[in-house]
Order: sequence, then structure tokens, then C-alpha cells
Amino acid sequence: MATDALTLERVRDHDPARHAKFFSSRVLIYGALLLWAFICLFPIYWTVTTSFKTAVNVTQGHLVPWVDYHPDWKGWRSLGLSPDTIGEISTVRDEFLMRFENSILASVGASLLAVVIGSLAAYGLSRFQYKFGPWRNKDISFFFLSQLILPPVVLAMPFLVLYKELALLDTKIGLILVYTLMVLPIVIWIMRDQFDTIPQELEQAALVDGCTVWGAFLRIVLPIALPGMVAAFILSVVLCWNEYFFAALLTSTDAKTLPVMVASQTGSQGINWWSMAALSTAAIAPLVLIGVFLERYIVKGLTAGAVK
Amino acid sequence: MHTSTPLAGDGQIEVVSPHIPDARQNLGRAIIALASLGLAVVLVIQVLYAADMIAAGFENWRPALYAFLLWGAALGVGQVLIRGERGHRALFLLPAILFTVAMVIFPTFFGLYIAFTDWNLSSFAGRHFSGLDNVRALLNDGYFWNALGNMVYYVLAVLVQYAIAFGLALLLNADIRARKFFRVAFLMPFMLSPVAVSWMVGKSIMEYRFGPAATLARHLGWDSPAFFTSPWVARLSIMAMDAWVSIPFIMILLLAGLQALPKELSEAAKVDGATPWQSFWEVTFPLMLPVSVTAIILRIIFELKLADIVINVTAGGPGGATDTISSFIFREYRDRSNVGYGTMLAEFYLVIIIIFVTLLLNWASRWIRRYTWQ
Repeated sequence: MATDALTLERVRDHDPARHAKFFSSRVLIYGALLLWAFICLFPIYWTVTTSFKTAVNVTQGHLVPWVDYHPDWKGWRSLGLSPDTIGEISTVRDEFLMRFENSILASVGASLLAVVIGSLAAYGLSRFQYKFGPWRNKDISFFFLSQLILPPVVLAMPFLVLYKELALLDTKIGLILVYTLMVLPIVIWIMRDQFDTIPQELEQAALVDGCTVWGAFLRIVLPIALPGMVAAFILSVVLCWNEYFFAALLTSTDAKTLPVMVASQTGSQGINWWSMAALSTAAIAPLVLIGVFLERYIVKGLTAGAVK
Repeated sequence: MHTSTPLAGDGQIEVVSPHIPDARQNLGRAIIALASLGLAVVLVIQVLYAADMIAAGFENWRPALYAFLLWGAALGVGQVLIRGERGHRALFLLPAILFTVAMVIFPTFFGLYIAFTDWNLSSFAGRHFSGLDNVRALLNDGYFWNALGNMVYYVLAVLVQYAIAFGLALLLNADIRARKFFRVAFLMPFMLSPVAVSWMVGKSIMEYRFGPAATLARHLGWDSPAFFTSPWVARLSIMAMDAWVSIPFIMILLLAGLQALPKELSEAAKVDGATPWQSFWEVTFPLMLPVSVTAIILRIIFELKLADIVINVTAGGPGGATDTISSFIFREYRDRSNVGYGTMLAEFYLVIIIIFVTLLLNWASRWIRRYTWQ
């Protein structure tokens, strides 16, 4: 950065034409950045502000609160979450909170399970030589990764029938198991990359000192691999939180998650946009928070293994 | 998918296993045998009970699940008892393998069986083996082939997403201020759930009467900005929403690739008098090929599952113009309860996907090899 600023200074001093060119390229770069930032953020801004609009503000297309229109708690009142209704009994709020809780339990539960068994498998595949009939490490890794291409539609009906027989239909456990299956390949991918970067000498020293394989793994490797596990966990939570297909087919009343609730409300037409906007805002709020505060873990998880 | 590393594959951590006494090995074998027997007994009882051949049985198949879990645990213990240190190592892999096999293999084979029945959940007749009826229906199903045709367009749209994402990655990699802010902002659409996006963008911003996008389009001179009524406009609208959600994924991968490039290369190109345009095509782009191919292939694999946005915004309409295979099968299940036929469609689609992805991977690896050896 410092050297760049220096060369920049020199350019400015000696060559007005290059200076102009440099300046116009800056304008272009920042213009493009701001345009795309607007495209990315406007829908979120729109949703949050719409939850404070009344019918008139919606139909007249008002955009800026306090300037265009006076914000109103209308959308949040319909969810039972506005200041004046928060103390009262609200069936909509109970429904919403239950869906919210289901979403949290399903995504956190599935991510925990996937990170635990996925990390174990990834460590094994990264360190040891397995032979399972004709299959070696490479084939076992491919077996796990190949689950990624399996579209949900293929498993949906068999799962519906299977879950009915196992009495797992419309239960959180059932949802957790499906979501674990969904994110397991991704977790194994990330964690293998993570373990591969940890030098083996550490464990070898521990093994010489009399540690068992598991002791060396738990006491020495795991603490080093923790950031990778956190990345895998957060990425899994995001993916599970957003999952709609299985939730729509496998749950009905007890285990229904937030996306299913949002989707079922979308069907109802009309312009009670404020309540839809409030619901959508509540559904994406945790994700926005994760995006703002844990962005580097998401990036770490996404780029693991892909860039060598 | 190049996960092969110099570290794995040589069996590096060698531990000399002490000799394991015969008694311990036999105990291990006995435990596994006993657990297998228990699992088999539970399964046989339940199968017979389900077939009405015996009177006593369990209410549902849940006990079979518990028996499977117990069997898995016994298998782990047995491995350790029989093979000692090697058993300890197998224990790392065992949970994931057992889980995946139980969750995938069984449903896949069961799905194959369902696919050849005329099972409809809303009819009282139950399921009957119907031979190749479903295949015949599939071959004559215009809506299915239409959806498959749409998938071609959606997959091609990935290339456009890639081009935009590359541009954004270059912007983020440039010497800019507030990089952190722009990175977080650009990543945001990827985090949001497609269902919420369906409402936020598809049902409100692009709404015909009051949506800001429609208002903007009117100002720009499009009199009736209906985004979801004519086939191509609807398809493009869905593609735009899908691109909005998935461009950040490609962008993040490409950005990581750009940051891993050695700085000297582009500087050397600059010293040699290359314009930025030349230096991009001659230096940056070829070096980014492996990352690009990985990103595009991953995106195509995810694109093939595209469903949520279509289901919630257009439900496949108008006239099937935006239908994806997944959204089509979803309606077949949920609205028509046509389990047998829907599963046949899904299995058929799976075969197509497997062939397509295999060809794609082969082609990509051959292409990269040729391009980088030039």
C-alpha cells in the first residue's frame, strides 16, 4: 500500500495525462463497486423499510423513511412483535417463535453432527491409509464428495416413506439427519483441506511420547484445526437455515421451519406487504448478522480446498 | 476437484501394533456376531409383522433404527478389539461411512423400487408394480422435456454469472479503500435464504404494480413491466434472481484465487509494456483457469438443483417457461401426490446428471491440461 501511494505520488507530479487516466479509472472502479453494493443491499433495505410501511406508502412507492413517509409498526404488529403488542398474547408470534426455534435447532443440530463425524472422517482420510475391499482413500473421498451431485428430489420420496415407517416424519431429529447428510460432503471437503495443512510431525512426536492416535488427535490436532471447524460449522448453519425443499416435504406442523412458514405466507396475494416484509426481515436477520460479523469464516469455508 | 495432496496417500503415521491376544480377538468377533444377529432378528420380526405373518411386532420401524445404531457401535468396539491400533484408525471413518450408507444407499434403492410403481398417495389402491408404464409416460411427458430444456438455459446462465463474478473479484482485488465493507456487501445475497429472496425480490421488488423495479422500468420507457408473464422475460427474471444469490459464491472463490497469484507476474507484465487488458488475458486469466473451472463446475452442480426460487415465485409458469426439473417434480409430489411417477422422473434425472457431470469433469481436466501445456 505504502509503495503504491508513493508511485502514485510520482505519477501525479510528472505526468498530467497519466494522472487524468489514473483518476478516471478510480472513478470507474468506485462507480462499479458502489453500483454492485447497491444491487446487493437494496433488496435488504427495501424489505426492512417495507415492514414499517402502511398500505398507502406501499402503493405510492415511498422509499425513504421519515422523508417520504412516517414509519409505522404495522408489519411487526401483525407478527405480534411491535412494542405495543409484545406484552400481549399473540398466536402469530407463538407460531413464528416456534418456527424460529425449529430452524435454530435443526440447523445447529445438523451442523454439529456433521462437523463431528465429518471432522473425524476427514482426519482419518488425511492421515491414514484405508483399504476397504477395492476402495482406497481416494475412492472413499470421492464417495463422500459424490453425494454433492445427488439432487434432493431423488431422496425426497424415499425419505418420506422411510420416515413414515420410522415415525420420524415431522420431527426435528428427522430433519437434523437429512440436513446432516446434505452438509456432510462439504464439511469433509473443508476439514480435509484443513488437516492436510497441519504438519504431521506434531502428532508423530505425541505418538512417540506414548499418546494413542485418538489422544494425539484430540489433544494436539483438534485445537489447531478449530478455526477450520468453526468455518465449516458456520457455513453449514447458513446452508441448513436456508434449506426449503426437504423441510417443505418432510414437516407439517411440529417441525416446520422458518423458510416453510415464509413460503406458505407468500402464496397469499394482496398487498399486506408489511407483514410479509416483517417476516422476511426476521427470517434473514440472523443471516445478515452472521454475514457481517463472521464473514471471514464463511469465506474461509467456501475457499477451502478450491484454491491450491 | 483436486483434493489430492502430497501429504495423504503414503500411510505416514506408522504405529507398530503389539500382538493382540486371541481371546481379545475372539471377544471382538463375538460382539460383532451378536450385534449382527440382534439386528437381523429385529429386521426379520418386523418384516414378518409387516407382512401379517406373525401377530407380535413393533408399532413402527423405529426399533430397527435403534438396532442399527447398536450394531454400528458394536462394529466399532469389535474393530478395536480385533485389530487394535488399526481398529482405532478405522473408528475415525466408521461413523461417517455408516451414516452416509444408511442415509443414501437404502433410500436410493428404495427409490428405484418406487419408480416402477403406480403409487399415488391420494388414491386408496396402494402401490402396484407397473413395469415400464412410468418410463413410457416420461418419454411422452412434454412438461418434463420442457423443464429439461430449461435446465440447459439455466446451466448456460452460469457462464454469465462467472463473467460478472470475475469482474467483481477483480474490482475487490484492486487497490481500493473500504475493501472489507464491499466484500461483506457483495457476499450478503449468498447468505439469504432463497425463499426469503423469492418474496423480497420476486414478489415485491419486481411486482407489477408497486415494485420499485417495475417503477424504474416504466421510467426507462417499458410500458408494462410484467416480469413474469411472457416466457423469455420470466426466464430471464428467474435467472437474474438466481444470479443475484449465487454470484457471490463464484466471486469469493475467484477472489481467493486472485489473492494467491504472485504479485510479481502482473508487475513484470507492466514493465514489459503490456496494457492492463493484455496483462489480464495473457497472465491473469490463464493462471486463474484451474480455480475458474472448479468454481464453474461447483456452480453447475448446484445449479442443477435449482428449485426454491422457481417454486416460490412462478411455480414453473408461465406455461412451464421457468420450470426446473426439481420444481416440476416438487409439484408432482405435493400437488398431485404422484409418488411413483415423480420418483421415476427424479431417478431418470439423476442418471442424466451423473452422465453430464462425469463428461464435464473429464472434459474439464483434459482441457486444462491442454491449455496449460501450450
